[in-house]
Amino acid sequence: AEVEETFKRILSHKGVIGAIIVSYDGIPIRSSFAENDVTVQYCALIQQLAQKAKSAVRDLDPGNDLTFLRIRSKKNEIMVAPSPDYLLLVVQEPNDQP
Amino acid sequence: DEDAPAPAASGKKLTNQFNFCERATQTYNNPLRERENQTEPPPRVNFSQTANQWIIFDAYQADFEKNQEKGKEKKGGGAGKGAEEKARKRLTVMDTQADDLAKIEHAVKMLERMVNQNSFDEIAQDFKYWEDPSDEFRDQQGTLLPLWKFGYEKARKLAVTSITWSPKYHDLFAIAYGSYDFMKQTRGLLCFYSLKNPSHPEYVFETDSAVLTAALHPEYPHMLCAGLYDGSVAVYSAVQKKRGPLYQSSARTGKHTDPVWQVCWAKDDLDNNMNFYTAPAPMNDLVSQDVIKLELEGGPVEGPDGIKLENLASGTTFDFHREASHLFLVGTEEGKVFKCSTAYSSQYLQTYDAHHMAVYKVTWNPFHPSIFMTCSADWTVKIWDHNKTEPVFVFDLNSPVGDAAWSPYSSTVFAAVTADGKVHVFDLNINKYEALCEQVVAQKKKAKLTHIDFNPKHPILIVGDDRGHISSLKLSPNLRKLP
Repeated sequence: AEVEETFKRILSHKGVIGAIIVSYDGIPIRSSFAENDVTVQYCALIQQLAQKAKSAVRDLDPGNDLTFLRIRSKKNEIMVAPSPDYLLLVVQEPNDQP
Repeated sequence: DEDAPAPAASGKKLTNQFNFCERATQTYNNPLRERENQTEPPPRVNFSQTANQWIIFDAYQADFEKNQEKGKEKKGGGAGKGAEEKARKRLTVMDTQADDLAKIEHAVKMLERMVNQNSFDEIAQDFKYWEDPSDEFRDQQGTLLPLWKFGYEKARKLAVTSITWSPKYHDLFAIAYGSYDFMKQTRGLLCFYSLKNPSHPEYVFETDSAVLTAALHPEYPHMLCAGLYDGSVAVYSAVQKKRGPLYQSSARTGKHTDPVWQVCWAKDDLDNNMNFYTAPAPMNDLVSQDVIKLELEGGPVEGPDGIKLENLASGTTFDFHREASHLFLVGTEEGKVFKCSTAYSSQYLQTYDAHHMAVYKVTWNPFHPSIFMTCSADWTVKIWDHNKTEPVFVFDLNSPVGDAAWSPYSSTVFAAVTADGKVHVFDLNINKYEALCEQVVAQKKKAKLTHIDFNPKHPILIVGDDRGHISSLKLSPNLRKLP
């Protein structure tokens, strides 16, 4: 589907290390990382964080909702986009040029 | 006890705790038998939930929606419900079979934009904040800063034939790809790009023949009409599901016999049907077509010469006046420009001997009601006042001019692109004889620039060339001065 195409494009974009699709109970549905333990680690940790962030945003104003979450660290950037049933995670190394 | 009542009758008998009898009997005990029953333990589920404000809010919302639905169902019919339920059941079966991934469509799209934003971070920052500081020193000159470059693999060998910005979404624009070469005719493409995602178009439509022109409807920003090299006109919607056009004119419904060079939307007519006008070549025929019915209306405009052999002028471009919607200009391949009105279909109001070669673009000034500009393959851009037959300004650009556009923010600023890969920006308020900025923009050598357009809101230009590359350029402050 189109979603597949877009997903592949993201993966092939320069600087992207990997992407994971997580279901809402923390199970990775699709992952581009070769090592499974890395995937599971990312899933568990990031999902909890995303849940906490969403809870915080909605607590402040229940009409509001989390659109996305970005964690920028020294080495790379983790971008999380929550959707009603799933969570999409992309790890990218921000370069200067494409 | 026989003794007890007798003395009780004779006198008060004091109760004597020692004077009593006890009786007892012993019977057989009933035999005891044990009976047991063991069942399965009731199923247990661990339930935990946090009680946040938003969870309560969500619960209330869900309840509210349920009530609303109940209200609707009561108003509806029993038969209607039955059919709906069946449809719903079918849908759910299909959904589970279909891609689970479809649910994260929105998230994926957003993430793609975020990833792009990261890689093109510098450009995004430049777009927003960078202003050329050297403009303070050079009063008469400005620069164009190259920003994103948009490319698409399938469009690599095609020329950009038309650029339109979306009137509603200021970061969305549509590009038509095709080929200007008479000998090599290929298929065409229509792509919608967003500035937020330079690596891939948002929507893509493929056509059988090259697309020469496209126009977005000012009120329904998802409707796009395109003119094709094979003479037909097609209408696409950005949100449509199918791959082909929504409507396409065919030989039966009045397709033109030659390439359609320009299309332009008109205001909705009385029936609320969307109309658009097309200018094909060689018949100087402006036909207004009803999108929904696709029938021929409107009268053709005859050519200038009285000779009965087909010596008709061929229109290459036209533009409607912003305010007087019956007035329009037509540019021809012979170099003349005609001013016409929709009220008089058989005669021109005025003729201008504009150029020696084909006129590629004619466009009214968005602010000044009587000024228009023409550009042509004879290397010149001319500015006219429609009441005079001689041009007011003439600019010679040393190379065939592919396109020219007025800026939407100032009545004296306009830009033109030439076949030698340069973009020229003029501001008549500052310098009436020279361009404020002449910059080479083409990505590879020998690419001719074919089209240019200003973004209605942001200070950027989009330039397309004949190799299929599109670049966006930011205007420096000197080029953006308001009059």
